[in-house]
Amino acid sequence: MSGMRRGLERTAAVARKEALHILRDPRSLIMALALPLLMLLLFGYALTLDVDRIPTLILDRDQTTQSRELIERFAGSRYFTILGEVQNYGEIEQRIDRDQCLLAVVVPADYSRNLLMNKEAEVQLIFDGSDSNTASIALGYADALTQSYAMELRQQAFNRRAGGRLDPPIETRLRVWYNSELKSRNYIVPGLIGVILMIIAALLTSLTIAREWEMGTIEQLLSTPLRAHELVLGKMAAYFALGLADMLIAMGVGVLVFGVPLRGSPLLVLATSCVFLVGALFWGIFLSAVARAQLLAYQLGMITSFLPAFLLSGFVFAIENMPVVVQAVTYIFPSRYFITGLKGVFLKGVGLEVLWLEFGLLAVYAAVIFLLATRKLTGKLA
Amino acid sequence: MWRRIREIVRKEFRQALREPRMRAVLFGPPLIQLIIFGFAVNLDVQDSKIAWMDRDRTPASRELYEAFEGSPNFRVAAMPASAVEARELMDQGTVQAVVEVLPGFGRDIRRATTTSVQILVDGTNSNTASVVASYASRIVSSYANRVLAEQQQARLVGRTGAAGGPVNLDAPRLVVKSRVWFNEDLLSRNYFVPGVVVNIIALITLMLTAMAIVREKEIGTMEQLMVTPIRPLELIAGKTLPFAAVGMIDVVLITSAALLIFGVPFRGSFLLLLGCAALFLMTTLGVGLFISTISRTQQQAMMSSFFFFMPAFMLSGFAFPIRNMPEPVQYLTRLNPVRYFMEIVRGVFLKGVGTEALWPQMAALFLIGVTVLGLSVLRFHKRLD
Repeated sequence: MSGMRRGLERTAAVARKEALHILRDPRSLIMALALPLLMLLLFGYALTLDVDRIPTLILDRDQTTQSRELIERFAGSRYFTILGEVQNYGEIEQRIDRDQCLLAVVVPADYSRNLLMNKEAEVQLIFDGSDSNTASIALGYADALTQSYAMELRQQAFNRRAGGRLDPPIETRLRVWYNSELKSRNYIVPGLIGVILMIIAALLTSLTIAREWEMGTIEQLLSTPLRAHELVLGKMAAYFALGLADMLIAMGVGVLVFGVPLRGSPLLVLATSCVFLVGALFWGIFLSAVARAQLLAYQLGMITSFLPAFLLSGFVFAIENMPVVVQAVTYIFPSRYFITGLKGVFLKGVGLEVLWLEFGLLAVYAAVIFLLATRKLTGKLA
Repeated sequence: MWRRIREIVRKEFRQALREPRMRAVLFGPPLIQLIIFGFAVNLDVQDSKIAWMDRDRTPASRELYEAFEGSPNFRVAAMPASAVEARELMDQGTVQAVVEVLPGFGRDIRRATTTSVQILVDGTNSNTASVVASYASRIVSSYANRVLAEQQQARLVGRTGAAGGPVNLDAPRLVVKSRVWFNEDLLSRNYFVPGVVVNIIALITLMLTAMAIVREKEIGTMEQLMVTPIRPLELIAGKTLPFAAVGMIDVVLITSAALLIFGVPFRGSFLLLLGCAALFLMTTLGVGLFISTISRTQQQAMMSSFFFFMPAFMLSGFAFPIRNMPEPVQYLTRLNPVRYFMEIVRGVFLKGVGTEALWPQMAALFLIGVTVLGLSVLRFHKRLD
């Protein structure tokens, strides 16, 4: 009984020492707490994948009422911004080379003649495809715009000839669920919690035990009655508090300032975050024990924790779009379960009845990594 | 003086390359990062799973189904019988969208009155959702165009009397010919992989410089160096040149790997790329050096580097177009060296442009590089005195 109490005391002592280490370095502390704010600010205000106001050049070789009517359509759409008219292809090429425009609409000289003679009238669209995402969305808009204009022309002609009216046969009723304004912010901010926790937890802790190795203080720890699991838990406790604070900041600011919907239970978000955070912290400590040098520990942390959380979790880049092998790889990283879970709770309002598997896997992960880290340290310390 | 710099450079190299684990740190992670990034960063939407909910079951609805099934963009993954079932599929994320054909669809088309198709899209990932919505609308509207033509034909046949036979409707036809330059197949990999090269180079040189110099302070060997006759400037040159060399080797390594693994096009001049990389390294080494002067521990150095790198990476136009940012932020990105190098690398890879188009970016990098490196050297100098 008293042995266990003494164990707890030793753990608390390590935790206190680590907390002092954090507090003595106010700049790192401030940065650790400001990081979620900075990321939220970036994703809340500055970063979006939404495509509108596509910079567009016009090359009108026809210069008739008909060609101007078509160009008016582009000018009137909120998706396109007309930069001006050019006189030849060379100019288009130059402006695209310098990243000044993404689209050029070319109306050939015989456009209105063909149109009036009911022949095939051609319009050319030239896209800068470098940014394929923007280009394919722009292509969709331009296509829809010209298609509906073509349908209108056709109907006008028909109505003139047949004297009757035909209504458009089918209209598409589009409804968007979960994120009805299609704001990229709403799907990025929930995932951001996972990314921030990974930076704080795995990257910061990965340096702590490696630092003891580099400085040689691990020898001093060896000579104390401290056991491996006490060292791990103590080291973890201080960073756990830091991570939790970050998580609360991210959730609070995201919901209150940026109006990201939280449709599910905040308690579930908190509980899942705690389990995820513990697993991430143990992982950082495990790396630290393996690497022994801070630079190496950092690099390992980067590749095994931050990058997967950022790239292989569905945070910004959808997992369904990845090659099958990479999709399989995403299953071994806990951030995948955490971030898809968070998006479900925030946007869809689902609860444990849908997410029990994710939650369970995160708990199992944390337990397994704890055992690994303790064993690694016992091996090294002994 | 040159001899002393050479000696430090040699010592640094030996120190960096002596340990196999260290060698791995310099060249392994960049390659792994390239592979993870290259495969994961992808905004292409293809083969989206949709649920097909046909409450009409007529030849007309069947035809629309075939239009969806035949499109390379969609795969019908489920046929829910009820709204509850459809909701479950959406909640679990099994399908991206539900297309619902209401009863009376076929009848309305026969009678030539307007009918509708309901499309429910999962908006969780707003980018995927907009692409899916636009693909689905295009399929429906091209089907609608076909139906309209048939209806017009039928009307005209009815009007011109019992003569029968096909009547050609002369109507204006507008055809759009789209041409895509530089990335004909619209593969996002061609856009992102060159960008990944930039990020990896930035991250590795920045972190290496900052952490390695602080490490010497942390374990106390910096003081030993200071009691030798080495002058501060020589020390700085000796400390940063090896990282510059590592950075250049990484540029070559990662660019070749990107071309081999991902098959992205490389249309410009490799020499130009190397030259611009040298300009860019001035800025990252400068920032790394600066961070080393304000950090006591490697943990601090890492946090500070991260604090610089994260916004620089996000505001570089790598994935999020600068054009979409609010105007004040757009001005801010003009101070961001990563932005300029990103534009250069993409221009050289995809567009094959040369100095005639890239000189503004090169000039900006040079200016930023000289300023940052100069300031850091001054600060480092003062610290040592």
